[in-house]
Amino acid sequence: MRYTQLTDEHVKDMLDAIGVRTIEDLFSTIPPGLRLKRDLAIPKGVSEPRMLADAGALAARNADCAKLACFLGGGSYDHFIPGLVDALAMQSEFLTAYTPYQAEASQGTLQAFFEFQTMICQLTGMEVANASLYEGATAAAEAVIIALNATGRSRVLVADNLHPDTRRVLATYAEHRGFDVAPLPCKDGVVDENALQHLLSEPRASARADSPSSDVAAVIVQSPNFYGCVERLDRIIPAIKSAGALAIISTDPLASGLLKSPGAFGADIVVGEGQPLGVPMQYGGPYLGFMATREEHLRRLPGRLVGMTKDREGRRGFCLTLQTREQHIKRERATSNICTNQGLLAMRAAVYMATLGKKGVAEVASQCFDKAHYAAERIASIPGFRLKFAAPFFKEFVVQSEKDVNKALAACCAKNLLAGTPLNRLDPQSPAANELKNCFLTAVTEKRTKEEIDALADALRTA
Amino acid sequence: MSAIPKLQQSDFPLLFELGAPGLSALNLSACDVPRADRAKTMPRELLADAPPPLPEVGELDLVRHYTRLAHRCFSIDENFYPLGSCTMKYNPRINERVAAMPGFAALHPHQEEADVQGLLEMLYRLRCDLAEISGLAEVTLQPAAGAHGEMTGLMIINAYHKSRGQQRSKVLAPDSAHGTNPATCAVCGQQALTVKSRKDGRIDLDDLKAKMDEDVAALMITNPNTVGVFDAQIADVAEILHEKGAQLYLDGANMNAILGITRPGDFGVDVMHFNTHKTFSTPHGGGGPGAGPVAVAEHLRPFLPVPQVVKRADGSFGWDAERPKSIGKVRSFFGQIGVLVRAYVYLRSNGCDGLRDISEKAVLNANYLAARLKHRFRTPFPPPYAHEFIMMPEFPGSDVTDLDVAKRLIDHGIHPPTMSFPIAHCLMIEPSETESKATLDRFVAAMLDIADEVERDPQIVRDAPHTMPVRRMDEVGAARKPVVRWRAGG
Repeated sequence: MRYTQLTDEHVKDMLDAIGVRTIEDLFSTIPPGLRLKRDLAIPKGVSEPRMLADAGALAARNADCAKLACFLGGGSYDHFIPGLVDALAMQSEFLTAYTPYQAEASQGTLQAFFEFQTMICQLTGMEVANASLYEGATAAAEAVIIALNATGRSRVLVADNLHPDTRRVLATYAEHRGFDVAPLPCKDGVVDENALQHLLSEPRASARADSPSSDVAAVIVQSPNFYGCVERLDRIIPAIKSAGALAIISTDPLASGLLKSPGAFGADIVVGEGQPLGVPMQYGGPYLGFMATREEHLRRLPGRLVGMTKDREGRRGFCLTLQTREQHIKRERATSNICTNQGLLAMRAAVYMATLGKKGVAEVASQCFDKAHYAAERIASIPGFRLKFAAPFFKEFVVQSEKDVNKALAACCAKNLLAGTPLNRLDPQSPAANELKNCFLTAVTEKRTKEEIDALADALRTA
Repeated sequence: MSAIPKLQQSDFPLLFELGAPGLSALNLSACDVPRADRAKTMPRELLADAPPPLPEVGELDLVRHYTRLAHRCFSIDENFYPLGSCTMKYNPRINERVAAMPGFAALHPHQEEADVQGLLEMLYRLRCDLAEISGLAEVTLQPAAGAHGEMTGLMIINAYHKSRGQQRSKVLAPDSAHGTNPATCAVCGQQALTVKSRKDGRIDLDDLKAKMDEDVAALMITNPNTVGVFDAQIADVAEILHEKGAQLYLDGANMNAILGITRPGDFGVDVMHFNTHKTFSTPHGGGGPGAGPVAVAEHLRPFLPVPQVVKRADGSFGWDAERPKSIGKVRSFFGQIGVLVRAYVYLRSNGCDGLRDISEKAVLNANYLAARLKHRFRTPFPPPYAHEFIMMPEFPGSDVTDLDVAKRLIDHGIHPPTMSFPIAHCLMIEPSETESKATLDRFVAAMLDIADEVERDPQIVRDAPHTMPVRRMDEVGAARKPVVRWRAGG
């Protein structure tokens, strides 16, 4: 068959060596009553050319962004991916290795993950990082679990303008893990700082009068937030910390090419969606979550961690470390069940960050910023369109229209422009859903050209 | 084999030790729009004083760095990798080719359903194929990995109990369970209890019965189990659980042994997860990305995560989020789509006939290795085995350990098997169906060679590996004083 390599003669020799007559004899431990007595109802296997043709026909029924100008954002972005990323990260040794349990035979992946951890620290301004998690939303949920364990408190404040999928995933984890999620309201697109102060100063229900401390374990704020606005982390993070809660900041890793990193403002845990770091959009996955924190929480980090050490002869080398935190050692006493990282995506992100370097990340961030502001200005100058929020933004923004948004977006689509994501449909459960009627979220990466932005503005004008 | 002198005299450089200030391998077009006025558009307090201190390396040096790193890794493409319970089979290149098609790779998750009908149809077919393989009613493709699938499955079970007014606090797992099983219980706020295994590796039904009560939410079991044996009592296990209203959860890590031969749904399983990176050949990628689709029986369908890919009455495909009893979302967007595309291509390339052949050959390869090695190494559980087996590298009178044997295999160009799981000092060997007889024979020869060495020259085994760029690592030191990042100036 397709990927097996045994001839009939091999099979006969092997059965002889085992001492049975047929392959069937090897399945004698499965009771006949439990056996499937027919073929699986799946078509018979197909040839390589036929498979390529079938898959190609399915691919052809998708409107791919290679042929469109993609202004969609909200956690997945059409950034330019340098050719080096595919050429280097997808080398077969990286592609087809497994978790580097055997350090001597895995120095390549181990060192690359160590370098990944370092570069994530450099981007986030934090002290330590792990070797990646599934994606941004579950990374936020894992950060909450760190905070619950670190503070012994049980409530988490979640900003209303956090990515809606992250809020939903947090709700799922909260229900089963048993922690309370309370909404942190927003105003004009950003966290309502007065509401934050108020929620943080509420004494816990069970508190004694002499120690009226808060029961808030952590506050999760996203900046740039789901609407693209940049939060006042310089004020928000100190407010959170002075209440004894951990400040969990979800961020766009590329924003720090231009903006101060969350670490610079004293964040306790920084998480985020690593897709902007050289990962194709792939309809939402696989991506990678990243997580960085301060040294004091190192032993609470979930997932794989690579450490630098020495071999028997004193040479520098790398190995998985602090494995006693992990499920395969700690079993029912583990605080996370995560087994693998997103190795290949961490490898892509590492090559991407290394390709950009200090200068390149500033260049990418700066072009995103300039192009997003140019696009916002062009769109806001169209009669019937305006920017929903006045807050500063990085690479995406919310547009409100007097026109029928779905019709306007469809008109753009007909001109090969994916203009934005309608917000009321994406986030119907948001407390702001009503306010966000007739609004859409538009993202502009460094990959978009002036020509495409002008075409977008023209398409919206005539829509 | 004899020891080879060390190849590397100096430390292998870190990225941060390469390049020079001002270098970058990025080559973007110049910005073609006017520069936005920072002072007017962003509060000064929020602007960075300087860019983050990422490494500054030119293109060729970067290419050499990552190419040399790649050469410092074992991989399926270069090495036999019989890592038990991980199913390190060949990763077909056609899967990569299809996943890289812009029609799959260059899709944004917010695109209209009408614009992604081809992908949605593929996902729907995959969902149905996996349900057929599992013998269960419906599959969610959302979970990001096997362990994430376990968590999703347990959440579904708990939601089901809750819908019947029950809050069950205990979850059982055999002592041979993967570590993720008890850890998943803890993550779901439940108590994990261990059920004993018998000497032959099968579950101890008396112990199971003794631990069963109406506070048990589920039993998490792997079958064929981690010692490589199909537990024929599985239908009885299901009955014992179902009598008390508990659910049977199957860890699908070992599905490679039973494709098209027996189906979990037919032997009483209520929920299971697949590991696409094990059974369906998606690349392990140095530790991910995986995908962990979860299959459930009819009565658990309402609790599956949202959104679910569906075929609508008009024949089109879409996402259904209207499932009021759903546990909700377990990750952002829809799942590990790029991984699922690869799994689909593998599944349909093989088809029903190929899938069955996979399991037959996986089982044949494992039993062949066991038969060839059993004269020299103790195999604590009786054959026939499923797709993997347990072997004890014991050397009476010698202090050579299982770890030494594993490290010596590296010198033979073979990745060591899984070690000390599920029993201390064992090797868990899973060759997978894609290996040739010649490779299996080479592994046998290497193992016998090492056993001879233990008698003849044990020091060479204790000092292994000798052929790698580094010798054994000081892992204790690494954990005692963890250095998990590079810093300028050391």
